[in-house]
Amino acid sequence: MEQLGFYILAFLAIISSIFMITRENPVHSALWMLLTFFSVAGIFVQLNAEFIAAIQVLVYAGAILVLYLFVVMLLNPKSKGFIRIPFRYVLGIVASFVIFVQVLLTLQSANVIGKAGVYTQEAYKQYGNVKLFGYELFSNYLVPFEVVSIMLLVAMIGAIVLAKKD
Amino acid sequence: MLVELIFVVIKILVVITVLLLGVAYMTWLERKVIGHMQVRLGPTHVGWKGLLQPIADGLKLVAKEDIIPTMVDKPVYIIAPLLSLIPALSAFAVIPFTNATVNLFGTEYHLYITDVNIGLLYVLALSSVGTYGIIMSGWASNSKYALLGSLRSSAQVISYETAMGLSLIGPVLLAGTVSLKGITEAQANGFWFIVPQFVAFVVYLISAIAETNRAPFDLPEAETELVAGFHVEYSSMKFAMFFLAEYANMYVVSSIATIVFLGGWNGPFGPSFIWFILKIVALMFFYLWLRATLPRLRFDQLMTLGWKILIPIALVNVVVTSIVLYAIN
Amino acid sequence: MSGYLPIALMLVIAALIGLISISVGFLIRPRKPEKVKLSVYECGMPEFSDARQRYNVRFYVIAMLFVIFDVETVFLFPWAVSFDVLGLFGLIEMIVFIIILVFGYFYAWKKGALEWA
Repeated sequence: MEQLGFYILAFLAIISSIFMITRENPVHSALWMLLTFFSVAGIFVQLNAEFIAAIQVLVYAGAILVLYLFVVMLLNPKSKGFIRIPFRYVLGIVASFVIFVQVLLTLQSANVIGKAGVYTQEAYKQYGNVKLFGYELFSNYLVPFEVVSIMLLVAMIGAIVLAKKD
Repeated sequence: MLVELIFVVIKILVVITVLLLGVAYMTWLERKVIGHMQVRLGPTHVGWKGLLQPIADGLKLVAKEDIIPTMVDKPVYIIAPLLSLIPALSAFAVIPFTNATVNLFGTEYHLYITDVNIGLLYVLALSSVGTYGIIMSGWASNSKYALLGSLRSSAQVISYETAMGLSLIGPVLLAGTVSLKGITEAQANGFWFIVPQFVAFVVYLISAIAETNRAPFDLPEAETELVAGFHVEYSSMKFAMFFLAEYANMYVVSSIATIVFLGGWNGPFGPSFIWFILKIVALMFFYLWLRATLPRLRFDQLMTLGWKILIPIALVNVVVTSIVLYAIN
Repeated sequence: MSGYLPIALMLVIAALIGLISISVGFLIRPRKPEKVKLSVYECGMPEFSDARQRYNVRFYVIAMLFVIFDVETVFLFPWAVSFDVLGLFGLIEMIVFIIILVFGYFYAWKKGALEWA
């Protein structure tokens, strides 16, 4: 049953992302991307990562994709294809192959596949995903968290500097 | 397993039916209440006191010609109303409206559809996805009014979403959970969270009204300047879906306000379901009252209110709540 | 995971209800398309340009600020839930986080990014 659910979600995610990158119209791409986000959120739920699933939809689908859409509306979406690059198919294939090998090597050397976490299913059931996540993030991952706040500050200032003339 | 599955499907169908009826009769109530507030009668002809008016309206909308303009982007144009309606309906999957249980074949089942421990975040996530219906309808219609309306509307919705999220942090601090059932139970033996979190309640209520594009924040459909806003090119059932989604969203935000601030199903006596409904109806009446009372804001006033007033207040509320909470414990 | 199956069902049923109610009137509704009726509304005049043009950059600024504040809010939720176990440490941590972001907020305010007029 859970296997079946996973295959449905994975199939949806792959199909929708293929459609997303092959659409000529950026708004259609955005809609397919929305479906991708939802299916990935479903996969997160299956992995007991409910909080990540919620913010996948809340932040990626609810905020970042909206930003993309506004950008698409700012630029003229009628001009088909924003940039024309020569040999783009060759470039694309080479680049994706390199990244694929990189990801494989990283996964192998870091030995993440099959690594068991500290928290068991029972702990999740007792305290809930959000509470454990909060506890971990705000005690063991304190420095990355505070660095994130500085990154957000930089992002905010950057956006304003870019968008405002004076 | 199979019994459980069938029971879940039945619960879902019942909840959606009740919700759609609620939406239909909300339109009747709206016309009646605003009519009486403006010393008119409201609908009187169809049925006793006009009670069959929503049914007649629904049938009329189904039978209307479905005009799809030539310049539209057809697939997006058809998907957009669905993108509004589906999140609005689906949010009710996690709303705990009663604590009554029913015994089926020796196992106790609760009557609300489900409870997940990210309930509140789930509702927020779905309401943020509802923005797509607005953006997509405006873009797909390829009409200047629709596009302007949808850009304005989505800017308004995302501006107030921040204030809304921040205002909910205070009650979550008090309850220690984001499960909606957990938040309700945290208020069972003590104050409803409206008492310690009154500021948050006011911020939430204002941003909820803005989120659902209701008066006095109904700029996207400002009929005097934008004719009807993002759904100007829609007709027949597709138009009805935006209408349904708007009212269903009003029910969603009222339910969240009821659960998070007004104690949810908790009441001094009697069945829990009644209390939940009473609180929601009271909030909905407040919505109508506002519409009959207040004039529409200008767009710059709206943005100022959201970004310069509500967000700072909500942030201060979070900090103060957490310091007080720490001092007490 | 049993809590999530009803949610999946709810999404599917809501989608079905939407699809059915869009298509249910197909049999009874009139269909008399004509050229003028099918043009987009522009105060009764024939439309003279495509509506999808470039729009104001302010919408971009608002969306960008929204992304940042949304991420901040999302961080606040797990913090609020685990506040009782984090204690003073968690409180100070979050106040530092909020103060850093408030700097950005005031910068945006001073630069007029929150202004619409």
